[in-house]
Formats: sequence, C-alpha cells, structure tokens
Amino acid sequence: MSLLTPRTNPSKLMQWAAPPLAILATLLTATVLFYALNKPPLQAFYVFFIEPLETENGWSELALKASPLILIAQGLALGFRARIYNIGAEGQLLMGAICASGVAIYTDGMDGDWILPLMVLAGAIGGGLWGALPAWLKTRFNAEETLTTLMLTYVAVQLLAWLVSGPWRDPGGSNFPQSIMFSEPALFNALFEGLRINSSVIITLLAVPLLWLFVKRSFLAYQLAVGGQAPSAARYAGFSAQRTVWISLVVSGVTAGIAGAAEAAGPVGQLTLSLSPGYGFAAIIVAWVGRLHPIGIVFSGLLMALIYIGGEAAQVSMQLPSAVSWLFQGMLLFFLLGADAFVDYRLKRRKPFVIKEAQA
Amino acid sequence: MLIPPPPNHPRPLPAGEPRLQLLNISKRYPGVLANDQVSLNVMPGEIHAVLGENGAGKSTLMKIIYGAVQADSGQIQWNGREVSIANPAVARELGIGMVFQHFQLFETLNVTENIALALPPDTDLKTLAVRVREVSEKYGLPLDPERLVHALSVGERQRVEIVRCLLQNPQLLILDEPTSVLTPQAVRKLFETLRKLASEGVSILYISHKLHEIQALCDRATVMRGGCVTGGANPRQESTASLARMMIGRDLPVCHAPVYAGEVKAALEIDSISRPKDDPFGVTLEDISLTVNSGEVVGIAGISGNGQAELLAALSGESTGRSDSVRIAGLPVGHLHAGQRRDRGLSFVPEERLGRGAVPSMSLTQNAMLTAHRQPGLSRFGLLDFKAARDFALRCIERFDVRCNGPQAAARSLSGGNLQKFIVGREIMQAPKVMIVAQPTWGVDVGAAATLRQTLLDLSREGVGVLVVSEELEELFEICDRIAVLAGGRLSAAMPRNETNAEQIGLLMAGQAAAASV
Repeated sequence: MSLLTPRTNPSKLMQWAAPPLAILATLLTATVLFYALNKPPLQAFYVFFIEPLETENGWSELALKASPLILIAQGLALGFRARIYNIGAEGQLLMGAICASGVAIYTDGMDGDWILPLMVLAGAIGGGLWGALPAWLKTRFNAEETLTTLMLTYVAVQLLAWLVSGPWRDPGGSNFPQSIMFSEPALFNALFEGLRINSSVIITLLAVPLLWLFVKRSFLAYQLAVGGQAPSAARYAGFSAQRTVWISLVVSGVTAGIAGAAEAAGPVGQLTLSLSPGYGFAAIIVAWVGRLHPIGIVFSGLLMALIYIGGEAAQVSMQLPSAVSWLFQGMLLFFLLGADAFVDYRLKRRKPFVIKEAQA
Repeated sequence: MLIPPPPNHPRPLPAGEPRLQLLNISKRYPGVLANDQVSLNVMPGEIHAVLGENGAGKSTLMKIIYGAVQADSGQIQWNGREVSIANPAVARELGIGMVFQHFQLFETLNVTENIALALPPDTDLKTLAVRVREVSEKYGLPLDPERLVHALSVGERQRVEIVRCLLQNPQLLILDEPTSVLTPQAVRKLFETLRKLASEGVSILYISHKLHEIQALCDRATVMRGGCVTGGANPRQESTASLARMMIGRDLPVCHAPVYAGEVKAALEIDSISRPKDDPFGVTLEDISLTVNSGEVVGIAGISGNGQAELLAALSGESTGRSDSVRIAGLPVGHLHAGQRRDRGLSFVPEERLGRGAVPSMSLTQNAMLTAHRQPGLSRFGLLDFKAARDFALRCIERFDVRCNGPQAAARSLSGGNLQKFIVGREIMQAPKVMIVAQPTWGVDVGAAATLRQTLLDLSREGVGVLVVSEELEELFEICDRIAVLAGGRLSAAMPRNETNAEQIGLLMAGQAAAASV
C-alpha cells in the first residue's frame, strides 16, 4: 500500500512556500552541524550570509558568481518544464569555454572589437553542439538524456584536461595545466575600478527579461510546457515531441556555453582546469529552488552565489572545510524535493479494521 | 484453504426485515455535498435500482456501502445489525460484492489467476478452476478458466468480475453501470443471470441512468438528484418520462434533426486504411473505408477496444500513413500530422478529456490555445496573445454553458461533463469542415448530453461533416443519418438509420468481435 497519496488540489501557496521552508530546514540542520564541528553557529551564519554583503567587493563577487548560475538555470528551466532533464550543463559550459578560449588563443596578438563577440558566439556554438548531441541520441536512438548529458560532461572534462596540458598549454606557464592569459581584446572590461565585476554580467541582465518574455508569451515555450505536462495532449494538438527535445537541449546548451565563454573571458581570463566551480551542477539546484520561474531563478541564483562566497569566507576565517558549501547546496535541494513531495502528496494513515457491533 | 466458506451465514431474517438499510447517510467533499441524508433499504432477493445522473451521488453512496469511502454521518444496518464498514475487505467479509464499471483485471493472467488474486494466497488453482467452471455454468456466464484475459471480449471480462464476486457467496451484489459496454444481446443474458441470483435470495443494487433497462429489470427504484433521494418508485408502473422527471427535475429534452438543404459533397473520405497493431494489446485495422458528406452525421458504433483508438488516431493525425488514405474536402492529408490536418479544417474531440483533449493543470485560457492558436488574433510573430485567448475561452464558456470559475480555472477543476462542453465548444468555434467526436456524452449529465447532441446535429446542418464514435447505441440512433459498426478492426458498411435497428447493429458488434477474438 502506498504511504503517499496524491493531493487533488495542491496548494499554490505551499508551492511557493516550499523554497523558504527548505532554506529554513537547511539552516536548522546546519546549526546542528556547526555545533558538532564545535563552531559557534551564529558566527558561522554571520560569516556565511552577512559578512560577504558588507563590502563592495562582496557584492561584486556575488554578481560575478550569480551571473553564470542564473544564465545556465534559465536555460535548464526551459527544458525541465518540458520534462527534458539536462544534467550536463557543466559539460556544455566547459565546451563553451573551450571554444571561446580557442578563439582567444588563435587571435592572440590581434586587435579588434570583433574578437570578444566572436568568442561569445563560439561559446554558444560549443555549448549548443554539446547539447545537440544528446538531443540527436534521444530522438534517433531513444537514449535517456539524463545519462548522455552527464556522460558527455566527463568527455568535456577530459578534453579540457588534454588541451590545457597539451596543445594549448601556456609555454611560459612553468608547466601548469593552463592556457596563456588572454589579451585585452579577448576580455570583458571591468565595470568598476578595483572590482572584479565585469561587463559579462550584462549578458545575464539581458537574457533574463528576454527569457521571461519567451516563457510567458511565446508559442514555442507553450508547446514545450504542454509537451512536459501532458504528452498526449501535445500529440493531440500536433506539437512535435522531437522538436521539444531539440529545443530544450540546444537552448540549455547554448546558455551554458555562453556562461562558459563569459567565465573564460571574464573573471578567469584564461582556460584552466578549475575554470568552473561546478556552476553547471549548482544551476540545476538554482532552477528547482527558483521554481523554474524566470524571476524566481534570479533570487535562487543570488542565494546560491552567496553560499559559494560564504563558503570561501568560512574556509578562511573559521577553518571550515570547503565541503560545507557543497553540503549547503545538497541539503537545500534535498529539503526542497522533500517539501515538494508533501505539497503534491499527503501522508496516508491506514485505518484499522473495525467491525462495530451495536448493542442488541 | 480452498474457497472461503460462506461468511457469517445469513441469520434467518424476520420476514420483512431489510438486508441492507441506510439511515441518513451524509458525505461531504470539499465544495460539494455528495450525499445528503440519504436513506435506502434493500430487501433480500430484491433487484433495486439506484437511478440518477452523473454527479447525483450514486457512486459515492455505493463506495460507502462497499467500504471504499467513509460516510461523515449516518448509519448502516446489515441484516438488522449496525455495522461500520472500514474498507472493502470488511465489506466482502460481510457478504457485499461489487462489480466495477472499469474492470480491475490483469491482461496477461488467465481467468482463474485473476480470480485467485481476490482470494487468500494459499488458494489451490486447480480446484478453483473447477469451481469457476461450476459457478459460471450455473448462472449462465460461460467462461473458460484457462483463457488469458487479454483475449476476452468486454462482456466476457465482465463475467470474470461477476464470477469473482459470486465465488465469495455474496448476499448483496452492487453493479455500477454494468451495461455501458455490452451489446443488446449481452445485456439480455446479464439480466437473466441477475434474475436467477435474485430468485436465490441475493439482493442486487443496480446503478444506471438507462431508464428502459431499469424498467425491464428492477423491482424498485430509488432516484437521486444532487446528493439527495428525490423519490422512490416501482419502475414498471412509471413511464420513462416520469422517471426522467424524477431524475433530472424536468422533462427529457429531445433532439430534432432538420433536413439538410445545402450542397452535398464529401467532407471526410477514408480510403482503405489498413494498419498493423503497434502494441500487443492493440487492434489491427483492416481495410477501413468510409465517406462522411457535408450536412450529415455518421456514427461508428462498437465497443471500445475494437479498433476505435487506432482508427481515431489515424484520422486525427496522431498517427500518419499514406497521403490519400484520408482526405479532407478532397485534399489528401493522410501523411500530415495532427496540427497540419487542423490547418486544413479538421476538428477532433478525443475520448480522454484530461491529459489529451486538455492539459489538466493549465487554465481554460491556456487550454483554448491548445488548438485555437491558429485562430486569427491569438498568435502573432510566434508570440501568443493570452488576452485574446481569454476572450475566446470566455465566449466558449458562455456559448456552451460551461460551469466553472471563469477562464482562469484549471482544466482538472471542472467536472467531466463541463470539460467536455468546453472541448467540444473549442473545436466547434474553429469553424471546421470536418468534426470528429469520440464518446461525445460519456460522463455528461442527461440534460447537457441532449444539448451536446443537438449542437452536433446543428453543426452538421451548417454543412460540416460530423463523425461520431460512440458506445451508446441510443445516442447514435438519435443523431446519426447513417451508422456503421467497428468490430475486431473491421468497419461494416454505413447503413441509413431508418434501414437498420439496434438488434442488427448489436449482432454486428458481437458477431465480428467474436470471430476476431478466436
């Protein structure tokens, strides 16, 4: 007998209350965790969530980290709504970074306003191709996209490792696995003197309203949503299931690829093995915590970025292991999925067998 | 253990004491009072009808008796004792059996194995097979215990369900709309069985909205409307009209079919569609041809599972084939998918409303877009105009009297009948050349069903070719100009309505189905 029975009318309010509840549960669990590690919880929370926001530099780092997370999550959410689960955005991001870096490396020494746009375009194509591959495998061979996208991520990681330790290794870089530092025309400008925040965040700022319009108003996004929620209705209306797969995977590949290009040409400034601190995976959590909603994703992306920065700060000032910020990410998704389960289902208690007999 | 022994053998009842007595049963669901102070009693050996429209509260009441749902208040007396029926297992122990409208059988198991599933796990299959044969022969329900269920016709599947109940020696048998899937001949056989059971003292609760059946079979009728009992009657002494008045509170509306005066040309042509089944439980379509002209309603009779789903998918474009196998107004469309066929003037209302005809979690406005996005003004440059869609949904709601909380209501919040009105409305408002409707009034209350039928008739008289696929023979005889029968994947010739009758159609439904299922 099933313990969870579906609710006929899941509460809209609770659907939106689930993320704050999940955050609360995460904080409570973290309190216990900090006690166990002999760290004062209040100080830990202060270091994690308040301190980074007390300086201009903190805000700059926040925007820098939130930007790729939000951009990737917007693309992923599009597919998730259509029930196409691309969990390989990390690989698509790396392919985007690789292609963009290729442009930077081969144009090194040249000058021109076209270099940076070309890098972004190359990043989009690289990520898009890395998303198109699973789409082809799914439509042609019915291969599960959750597996293929994840496996292609490892292919991308190995390709990156080979490039930075082989053909693209910086000859003057004392054998570190990294490319040359990109020259001025292949880098996004800093927006403010002395801060790392640069013009790549403008891409995200433009993408959010565009994707919001796309999701709310476009016929294509409507078809994707119908295909995700009721595949028979999509067939009935004549919406192509194959197109849904292609669009979902290619668009999320393109956004991840652009994010990768922006990382390489932005804060990192070269191609390295440690280019992405797991943005592609964290963006999956960002998309779900943001309820797959274009505006919700902006908030959840900022929160996730804060966890990243707070984690770094906590390592430095409290000697907390770096795994703590991964724990935060994991717990957040875990509690959110748990809360979601209770929004859509309720626990059913079984009634005892009773045959009541009236007084004769 | 073999077969459970007859449970708590009926205490000899004092003469005139009812077997089952319900006193003031009430059950409230969020937003609706499904049963309001319902009282009812059933005598031993009585065939008692519970008559009412969809949503009148019949099914809730039966689920309360069978223990699947708990009443909020009220009393159940069984053979003179008050009982609380916590779940179906308790009901079965008391001697209450129920035959559901939708069969709960496993297709890959044989008859005996399916029946064994309802019995204790240590039941011996060989002895059970012998008992199944005995019981089925005794009550005129011929069944081969070794046959696999997927090879059985719908009527035979129902027999499995009935035999399963009979093996538990019920004192009360509940049947929920048992004839909705049977041919007229099979209905007569079922009635013989039920009369025999009643003569042996088994009480029968017979749920239906088919008035003539109740008049033919039942000793007494309890009529329900809006959750309340609105009357009791001896159906044999009432006229159909007076029973209908009790059931729907007014006279039964009748459809009228005006003569079509416009130009007659082929609206929909089906040219020898043959298609092998694509899953093991599907049906192979064999050489199906049919023409539907403008200005007429053509009906396809037959029991679901005889190729209906496959044929409808081939016509709607959900599955494609030869380009000239389907023509709309002369244009070959057989190779086109559903959306492209709609662009050429096809409208289609599927049997499944939630999940196919409409997206359950989306609003009516969003669901209007599903097929109406091709209407002028609803989409431009790849962007949808949801304000225009809202107006469209609003017009549909008003014109077709859809009861809902406005265009923002989620499709799944509507009752089956109201959602059907919305979907039919949405399809009609696209000004189609050809309209295909599957089970148009399935789950729709009697009054609204009559309106829907009249709507389809009127649509055809505007020059549209209308094709109706339905299990309800009476419905087809009411609105169709010509009727064909789909059985075992083959379609009979379409016969003018006044040159055929229910008896002949019933034979076609059964004869070919039997030949195909060997």
